[in-house]
Amino acid sequence: MARVRGPFDTALPPVAGWLIPVLSVMAGSLLTLIPWIASFPVLPPFGLLLLLGWRLGRPNALPIWSALPLGMFDDLFSGQPFGSAIFLWSVSALIIDLLEQRLVSRDFRQDWLLAAAAIAVCIIIGRLAAAPIEARVDIAIGLQIIVSIMLYPLTATLCAMLNRERTLV
Amino acid sequence: MAAREGSRNRSPGFSRRAQYGLFLGYVATVAGAVVAGVILLVSTFDPRTFTSLRTAAAELTTPVASAASFISSNIRMIPNTVGDYFALKQRNEGLRKQIENDLALTQRARALNYENQRLKQLLNLQERSSSVVVAARLVSSSASSTRRYAMLNAGSRQGVGDGQPVRGPIGLIGRIVETGPNTARVLLLTDPESIVPVRRARDGVPAIIAGRGDGTLEVRSVNATNVEFQPGELLVTSGIGGIFFPNVPVARIISRSRDLATARPLSPPDTLDLALVEAAYLPIPDNDAKPR
Repeated sequence: MARVRGPFDTALPPVAGWLIPVLSVMAGSLLTLIPWIASFPVLPPFGLLLLLGWRLGRPNALPIWSALPLGMFDDLFSGQPFGSAIFLWSVSALIIDLLEQRLVSRDFRQDWLLAAAAIAVCIIIGRLAAAPIEARVDIAIGLQIIVSIMLYPLTATLCAMLNRERTLV
Repeated sequence: MAAREGSRNRSPGFSRRAQYGLFLGYVATVAGAVVAGVILLVSTFDPRTFTSLRTAAAELTTPVASAASFISSNIRMIPNTVGDYFALKQRNEGLRKQIENDLALTQRARALNYENQRLKQLLNLQERSSSVVVAARLVSSSASSTRRYAMLNAGSRQGVGDGQPVRGPIGLIGRIVETGPNTARVLLLTDPESIVPVRRARDGVPAIIAGRGDGTLEVRSVNATNVEFQPGELLVTSGIGGIFFPNVPVARIISRSRDLATARPLSPPDTLDLALVEAAYLPIPDNDAKPR
């Protein structure tokens, strides 16, 4: 019978160990392929949401440097200037890691708070890098940030479900 | 990586190899973030630097987006088709009436057109006519980004090139900014960095239309006199700048104001799918062709 891998089981097979997290984040970035021409920024950055879900929920699933290649993949499809996701994703991964070393206890609400801060900072700095300051996108950006933060528990649950698949014996 | 699942891999124990691996991971991430910062600066100042990477990626994924777009547009057509079937008779009558009403107008327009052509011949005016390069489909867009781009499923193999204007069935959509062999990226009118020179259809008052990023457009009058814009006024391209052909409908004013008005594009961007790519009006000549 399938059960979740415990501390005394053998280590994960290397490919299954990283393939599922990596593919899920890439699929999140590829959601911009949906057949729909948006007239303002409205789709939450699902690649970032899933990366945060993995990094906060299961830090061993993806190494910290994985934010670099995954960010580059996101930049190819997002429409933001090239380099913005590489930079913002890797910096958020590093800052989250630094903060986690100082935090004593952990629970989901704390993870959510960290993710919310990362999402807001990434979207706002991404907007400043992509569009001139006089562009009237700030209301849309605000809505996008709120929707993304509200969706974080959902993507974190998705990561947990995928992780269960990943670690079944 | 024999670390236990769910535990923090921060203290890898006495294994030198694991310690170095962890340390190198951090070093690589910090170095990568610094390099990415530089890349970001470069690509904000010159967005064309990484075009080849993006177009290569788009070449791979646009077929998937095209298929998805084809399926979803067919599904979206079902309610319309059913509705059309039942409303057909009524609509037929209405249309017949409208044709009769418009007949006089059409005749007059024909006469005017003929007169116009004769006058142009008298003046020996050189006219360029618009030529459609290809009809293709807009399949996806940068929905999560602050920029407003759409992907077109035709590229340089179909004759599409950078700078060519793209129009929909009703009005202007935008222009091509990046071209791959079978895909192209369209800068939509609503993008914060898109600018189109236009004139008011009624009296030819020149203006500039700039995107705002939220689906609306900003109309700036370029005349020194204070121009008053009324809601409902139509703006068409003026042909200035040599990219867009003159007299293509672009947008309609939505609020009354002076010199700086708000407009809405005629082609509602979220319903676009078919797009016509046209040759640039007056393409910039090659550097080699310039007289010295």
